[in-house]
Amino acid sequence: MTRITQKAARIVFFFSAAASAMAAALVFGFLLVFGFPLIGGGEFFSLLTRRWSPGQGLYGFLPMITGTAAISVLSIVFAFPLSLGTVCFMGGLGPAWISRLLDGFVRFMTGIPTVIYGFLGIFLLVPFVRTLFTSAGSGMCILSASLMLSLLVSPTMIIFFKDGFDSVDFRYIQAADALGADNVQRLIYVILPGAWPGIVTGVIMGLGRAMGDTLIALMIAGNAVHVPGSILDSTRTLTAHIALVSASDYESLAFKSIFACGLTLYVLNALAVIAVRRLGRKRGPV
Amino acid sequence: MKIRILGGCLRMFSWGAVLLLTGSVLVLLGYLLVKGVPSLGRELIFGQVDVLDAVLLRKRVFDGLFPAIAGTLSVVLLSVGLAIPVGVCAGIYMSEFATVLQQRVFGLMFDILAGIPSIVIGLFGFSGAIFIHKYVSNDFRPCMAVSVVALAFLVLPYITRTTQASLQGLSIQIRQAALALGATRVQNIFYVLLPQSFSGILSGIILAIGRCAEDTAVIMLTGVVATAGIPGSLLGSYEALPFYIYYISSQYTDSAELMSGYGAAIILLGVCAILFLLAFIIKRQLAGPAGPEPGRFYV
Repeated sequence: MTRITQKAARIVFFFSAAASAMAAALVFGFLLVFGFPLIGGGEFFSLLTRRWSPGQGLYGFLPMITGTAAISVLSIVFAFPLSLGTVCFMGGLGPAWISRLLDGFVRFMTGIPTVIYGFLGIFLLVPFVRTLFTSAGSGMCILSASLMLSLLVSPTMIIFFKDGFDSVDFRYIQAADALGADNVQRLIYVILPGAWPGIVTGVIMGLGRAMGDTLIALMIAGNAVHVPGSILDSTRTLTAHIALVSASDYESLAFKSIFACGLTLYVLNALAVIAVRRLGRKRGPV
Repeated sequence: MKIRILGGCLRMFSWGAVLLLTGSVLVLLGYLLVKGVPSLGRELIFGQVDVLDAVLLRKRVFDGLFPAIAGTLSVVLLSVGLAIPVGVCAGIYMSEFATVLQQRVFGLMFDILAGIPSIVIGLFGFSGAIFIHKYVSNDFRPCMAVSVVALAFLVLPYITRTTQASLQGLSIQIRQAALALGATRVQNIFYVLLPQSFSGILSGIILAIGRCAEDTAVIMLTGVVATAGIPGSLLGSYEALPFYIYYISSQYTDSAELMSGYGAAIILLGVCAILFLLAFIIKRQLAGPAGPEPGRFYV
């Protein structure tokens, strides 16, 4: 009797694990099947480099690719020094009690809904950018979106950076202490050089998070479909393009192109995950 | 000398980073509170309808957040309820039974699933709805059931990973005590390992609830609408708090509507903050002696 329970329980556990693992493949499969008419014609790669002009039958998503790239890279440029500084603060430069509070605050930040960032972006940041830069038009531009996005990705980066800091062999730190290093020297000569895998991981995860976010770009980047010329231009990201789907005609090429956008995002994120795993670290529950 | 200057710069840089980061978040949230708190009240949620009438579904609430709150609540409970059994069982398998190869392959799949942007999960749900519409029933359209399944996909890897991590964090003494007394592996899991790692799993589940509640991208492609009333069926559309905030930000017609958007944002932020605190406290309190470092009590 117990043997049967044992077997049954084990089978249930196995099928749960296999089903959860298959979920990732299922999502990919659906995107592939629905995007197939575009991909099957060998058009997929030419789509990546073409303009979006439905009137002329052009459904390339070069503008969305450049928009996504510009916004996510710029947000990392803003977030990287912020995160690195914060982690250095927690790694010994700041008082311990503030560091503990800060740790809780950063974890809380991971839970702030992105729709709230977008909402506050519209009513606080966008008017600010509009008055600061007269050439920014409505103020809905790459700059606004990436500033807001940098707040979203900072906690992710900080948590992975801190992981990297914590993974530095404690014996090295003790050795530095024994040689009379103060906390600045310890940070510069021992911890930072040893923490680079964590820092690279953090940057990749931050990029993934920035690329995958929908609401901030959708709400405050302006959603104009053209290749942006400056950071004060309005742009549309891949995610926002999917969100703006007009589901009137399921057979149209414009509709199918959305699945190509989804596939692009899926593949980019899968590559990021594989890169991070290669770095020998596992993704934490952020 | 050089290191002293460098050190001074680094210190200033780190203080500046901390002040800028916390300062900008506090300014944003402070602005939200200052603008939004005056709109909070019974009327924001229930409009002109009596509270009891609304909760007992005797009267429909037209100008309040009640339908959106009810929609978010039901979609979150259903999807987390769907994800918990599968996720916890998968986590148990990963921690207790999986071979090294299985751990590697399944682990990669979980990580990929966790990394998929939520809008792509939403697109998956949307295409699933089209699929059913085409091949099963012509009446089928994006609805609450689709959102529930898609959101369950979104949080499944989190639940699996926290379960796995909590189980793997248990000490060898705890793992082997019951086995040494003659318990089977399954008995050991249900009577010893799961209760011992309960606080870790529970705090993971609470964080998953928070993620479900705040996610907008998934539901906006899978059946959420601006006005639907109280959700009546799994096959109907529904309202949700995060979508309401998004919708109001672009479609508000007067300042009263905008104020209700601020109110909704405060409620959503409050819910997420409370869930976060709860997860934090559970991890701290329930962890107790059997928590992170059980080994020291036996050595």
